[in-house]
Amino acid sequence: MRAWHFSENAYPYLPPADSYPSIRVSLPNRIYDPAKGAALYDRYIDEWLIAEEEGVEIMLNEHHQTATCVDPAAPLMLAALARLSKKARLLILGNPIANRRQPVRVAEEMAMIDVLSHGRLEAGFVRGVPYEVLPANSNPVRMNERHWEALDLIVKCWTHHDGPFSHEGRFFHHRSINIWPRTIQQPHPPIWVSSTSPSGAAQVGAHGYVQATFLTGFDNTKRIFESYRRGWREAGRGQDVPIDRLAYAALIYVGDTEARARAGAEKLLWYVTANKVPPYFSNPPGYVPVAMNVQLAKGAHNVVSVFGTKQATVEGAIEAGTMFAGTPDQVFEQIKKHWHHVGGYGNLLIMGQAGFLEHDDTVHGIRMFAREVYPRLKELFPDTTISGMTGQVAAAAI
Amino acid sequence: MPVTKAKVADVELELFDSGRGSGRPILFLHGGGGFSGRQPFVALLSEKRRLVVPSHPGFGKSALPDWLDSVDDIAHLYLELMDVLKFDRVDLVGCSIGGWIAAEMATKSPERFSRLVLAGPVGVKVGPPDKLDIPDIFAKPETEVQKLTYHDPERMKPDTSKMSDDELAAMFRARETLALLTWEPWMHNPKLKRRLHRVSAPTLFIRGESDGLVSQTYLDAYARLLPNASTQTIRHAGHVPQLEQPAAFTAAVR
Repeated sequence: MRAWHFSENAYPYLPPADSYPSIRVSLPNRIYDPAKGAALYDRYIDEWLIAEEEGVEIMLNEHHQTATCVDPAAPLMLAALARLSKKARLLILGNPIANRRQPVRVAEEMAMIDVLSHGRLEAGFVRGVPYEVLPANSNPVRMNERHWEALDLIVKCWTHHDGPFSHEGRFFHHRSINIWPRTIQQPHPPIWVSSTSPSGAAQVGAHGYVQATFLTGFDNTKRIFESYRRGWREAGRGQDVPIDRLAYAALIYVGDTEARARAGAEKLLWYVTANKVPPYFSNPPGYVPVAMNVQLAKGAHNVVSVFGTKQATVEGAIEAGTMFAGTPDQVFEQIKKHWHHVGGYGNLLIMGQAGFLEHDDTVHGIRMFAREVYPRLKELFPDTTISGMTGQVAAAAI
Repeated sequence: MPVTKAKVADVELELFDSGRGSGRPILFLHGGGGFSGRQPFVALLSEKRRLVVPSHPGFGKSALPDWLDSVDDIAHLYLELMDVLKFDRVDLVGCSIGGWIAAEMATKSPERFSRLVLAGPVGVKVGPPDKLDIPDIFAKPETEVQKLTYHDPERMKPDTSKMSDDELAAMFRARETLALLTWEPWMHNPKLKRRLHRVSAPTLFIRGESDGLVSQTYLDAYARLLPNASTQTIRHAGHVPQLEQPAAFTAAVR
């Protein structure tokens, strides 16, 4: 089991939520104070480095035009971390390649970071949440097709070493591709892809990339991981899917006492409660299939919005499996329960900072997890474990 | 209902064909909301003339092939549809995005159109770079879009609670296809305005007086790009005068 400290670099100093229609896309940047923002960057970088000291790996992502994540160019932050950190794996999850016009440029950025970090890059790719299409002016229709063409092209950029090649695809055109530098890791850095749908996960499984899913709780995560394994097996990759191919992201806060853990967990919920986004940003046409929109129109819960309403309380979020919070013993048990329910995963992506969770409390949460929970998870769920065989694993663990 | 199918290139199109009538056929190109033979202007417009209405690819029951992603593609497809239907010349009527398709068709084969009627057409960019000519309907609350679209939103707005699953699916599919076709450049082809001078047929530009999507300034500038154009306003109508004022719309078209 590998754990990753993930921080979205939020800017929490906002006016009352009822004074704006959306925290994303349209919130004027006059609200952003660059001096405060600079201090926040310093602080969030420090927290990543503290996580590294504690033996936890580093993860970051990018969003655009939003106070929830002021890291609109994650490769830039990753480049800084590549120089500031020494040993942690560096996971970017990820590059929104359906929204970027030049996959070749993304391949170059990632190769450069791999070299800068002496081979510590874990290269993640995401379709991007729906509110990203307007900031990128990216057509929400056929994103999946663009995503996979871009990813295949990026892999070819990394693995082709004999001078220029060309690509004339459905969405991207290049006459002469020959990137410098090439990656240190051979044949290329580990590839991660996030997906919150079973059909997407099967595709990721067929490619054998690491599948990450965010805040999908118990049953949805189980379905997604099952689809991944099905895709893996159908592609002829063998019967056994190692747990290191699967990752789950949750809000996680560990405190030395229940009271402190509770206070930290409440603050982490900012990601759920502050994510005020109207439907015209959260469900652009074509982002979800027509059939799902029909169900939504008839009142079904929007499964695209991973920040469901029932998860807006600490109890609700823990029950839903989107948050693990409490004392080390409690968090260990919560993770264990979730792990077994979904069939096991080898990567735990820790959303360990949000909103007004101050530096000292963030560091406390990181350290308590790293020192009191992480060793137990590593022991219980060794990387050699095969996913989807929870019965046997549970028996072995007793 | 006189609904049939036509295969053009590799695309299966749903086709409404009133079948009767004298004189040149009217080829009607619907707007972003899609077409139904039950829409109130249909009976009026097909009283004396043969009315033919394809559902655009990705609308109604028409297929959307994976290679198709632009209004230009549809314009080519419909010129071929005219060949398939053995229409040498037609009167071409287009509403909103259908007006854009019509304008593209007319620039390609001006000789095949005796007359054009464009109601609330999009397709060109006439204003400054720092202001959208057409408001961004995909970045606004539904109620606001309805106010921009209709003269009388309360009467006209769709009631999704009364729609069948098939109707809902058609509505969402239409919206998705509309986004595919219009997302970038937003609601226009930058080259179109350099080609419109070829359209020699008499062209009537229609605008509902309350149209919040296509402004009078936009319509006038669009009309000035054609050598033989005139404009007309329909009262008590917004962006879809064919639905809000079917009689006045039909009178203008005939």
